[in-house]
Amino acid sequence: MIKRIALIGNPNVGKSSIFNILTKNNVHTGNWPGKTVGNKIGKYNYKSNEYIIYDLPGTYSLVSHSKEEDIAKSFIESDDYDIALVVCDATCLERNLNLVLQTLEINNNVIIAVNLMDEAKKKNIDVDLNKLSKTLNVPVIGTCAKNNVGIKNLLDTIESYEKKDKIKKNKMTIEKINNESSKIASDVVTYHDNNYNKKTRKIDKILTSRITGIPIMIIGLLIIFWITISLSNYPSDLLYKLFNTFGNYLFKFFNKLNINPIITSIIINGLYKTTTWVVSVMLPPMCIFFPIFAILEDYGVLPRIAFNLDKIFKKCNSCGKQALTMCMGFGCNAVGITSARIIDSKRERLIAIITNNFVPCNGRFPTIIAIISMFLIGYSSNNSFLGAVILTIVIMLGITMTFIVSKILSITILKGIPSSFSLELPPYRRPNFIKTIINTLYEKALKILIRAICVALPAGIIIWIFSNININGMSLFEIITQFLDPFGRAIGLDGVIILAFILGFPANEIVIPIMLMGYLQNNTISDYNNLSELKNILVTNGWTIKTALCTIIFSLMHFPCSTTCITIKKETNSFKWMFVSIIIPTLIGMIICFIINLLFIII
Amino acid sequence: MSKIITLDKLKINEIAKVISIDSKCELKRRLEDLGIIKGSTIKCEFTSPFKDPTAYLIKGCTIAIRNDTSKYIKVKKI
Repeated sequence: MIKRIALIGNPNVGKSSIFNILTKNNVHTGNWPGKTVGNKIGKYNYKSNEYIIYDLPGTYSLVSHSKEEDIAKSFIESDDYDIALVVCDATCLERNLNLVLQTLEINNNVIIAVNLMDEAKKKNIDVDLNKLSKTLNVPVIGTCAKNNVGIKNLLDTIESYEKKDKIKKNKMTIEKINNESSKIASDVVTYHDNNYNKKTRKIDKILTSRITGIPIMIIGLLIIFWITISLSNYPSDLLYKLFNTFGNYLFKFFNKLNINPIITSIIINGLYKTTTWVVSVMLPPMCIFFPIFAILEDYGVLPRIAFNLDKIFKKCNSCGKQALTMCMGFGCNAVGITSARIIDSKRERLIAIITNNFVPCNGRFPTIIAIISMFLIGYSSNNSFLGAVILTIVIMLGITMTFIVSKILSITILKGIPSSFSLELPPYRRPNFIKTIINTLYEKALKILIRAICVALPAGIIIWIFSNININGMSLFEIITQFLDPFGRAIGLDGVIILAFILGFPANEIVIPIMLMGYLQNNTISDYNNLSELKNILVTNGWTIKTALCTIIFSLMHFPCSTTCITIKKETNSFKWMFVSIIIPTLIGMIICFIINLLFIII
Repeated sequence: MSKIITLDKLKINEIAKVISIDSKCELKRRLEDLGIIKGSTIKCEFTSPFKDPTAYLIKGCTIAIRNDTSKYIKVKKI
């Protein structure tokens, strides 16, 4: 028999952690309310029984305020599950009981998992699980999902649970529910220490203070970038050399086998080089940046960023939670756009979606780092701090642009006043470092490699074909780039860069490789033994500081990648907003690049 | 007996009892779900660098709300 379990609970109580353990999944869990969007479905087997488990988005009650809460509510009201597994936070059980009581009104087939028992113990909070179980007449299991405690007990309880006939109860008013949970909580929870959140408070005082709050955020960003750039330069260079040496052997090997030179050229100059460039230039910075970012996310830093910036967002008639969607955009704009579901107001959600592209995703972020490393500071130099400063300025520019565009949108096509919002600031939690690092590396590195292969390979082939089809003595590649050149020059770029951005529509990771390929079509890459020498390729093709600046700006502000566009269409259910999200950043990027170009000409 | 004030007037580290939430407040129901309801205790914890929003401790959780929401909430200092 298959048992269907619905996982429900307040935001950020560890539903996803329990889901991951039960289904042996490795989805990254954060420490902020709203990390899980949409329904996740998983399966597991236990003692020859099969289980389907639905991870619902966190909700404070079964009265819906947002799109996400609506999903949870309709699912709990449906007959699509057998047991509702309500996950509670042991450190604030009283509020969690509101949802338990509301769930019990709809369905009496409930099991309660009181999670974060370790945290409660640390804070000297005692929860009498037996008493709670007797009071509510449902099984109650204490767990600590992070450390795998209580999971076996939970599995056994689910396994031996006999489904009862559904009894619907009369709905209580929210006041009555609150009183009821207060009564139960005072019966089963004992606080031995009233200063249980002293440590979190202390950190909050520093991270959100009037004087230090904002500077710490900026310095923090700078330090992360510094670590990323200085640690990734060496492995990037090394990988590049290794791939290059291996490529040369491969070339000789192909020649020895007497393989058709055209095929050899496609494989070596097209496939192999684009892919290895993506890997050597993109992989190292991402493998350093994302684990650091994930650790900060696990600590619970993200909601504080939203808290600190809310006033500015409010001034722009939007919502502080937009900061959370921007943080997600660092990983991937498509994810950032989906995460905008945590914003209750439709108008503010649209603003967050349209402006999300001003945060560079994991495709554009390393592109920007690569240009900074390659052109502005040099791979072998020790100037990584300067690189970090430049990168911080670039990111701040993107954030400033987010504010400006949000404001403009809310006084023009998305007119409206800021709506009210509430944001929960979870306690700081020490992440499981090794698990987080390994998970992020595995998830990110693997994703990048797959994307590199899926997109860089065909792009490499297209470039190769373009540069080898000749019309009137000129290759197709030259014809296209020459056509685009005047337009590119007007905004400080050139035809090759524009073509690279266009061909990079499916994945921004490949913009630089395509660019280099374009410049090198009459050259062989084997002349270049390390990444620093790549600067020479750019310089011989007319690159100056201006070109580098404009490429960085255009990379930060241009049309979103194809996946992001599809996600925008899906989330807004309209082509109109998708086009708006394409046009706005592209136009702004072009205008800024045009101005930079003009300034350089005048000066 | 202390006076009834609105929540936005509550200073850092002060504790109050909730008297009522104005029905004009669009977040009324959400705040009630979070435990801000007649009789519950609320403590002002800290504010953001720009003085708005403010974080309150309510039923063991820290919840940030904007000052133009908290002015709908009537409380009595204790």
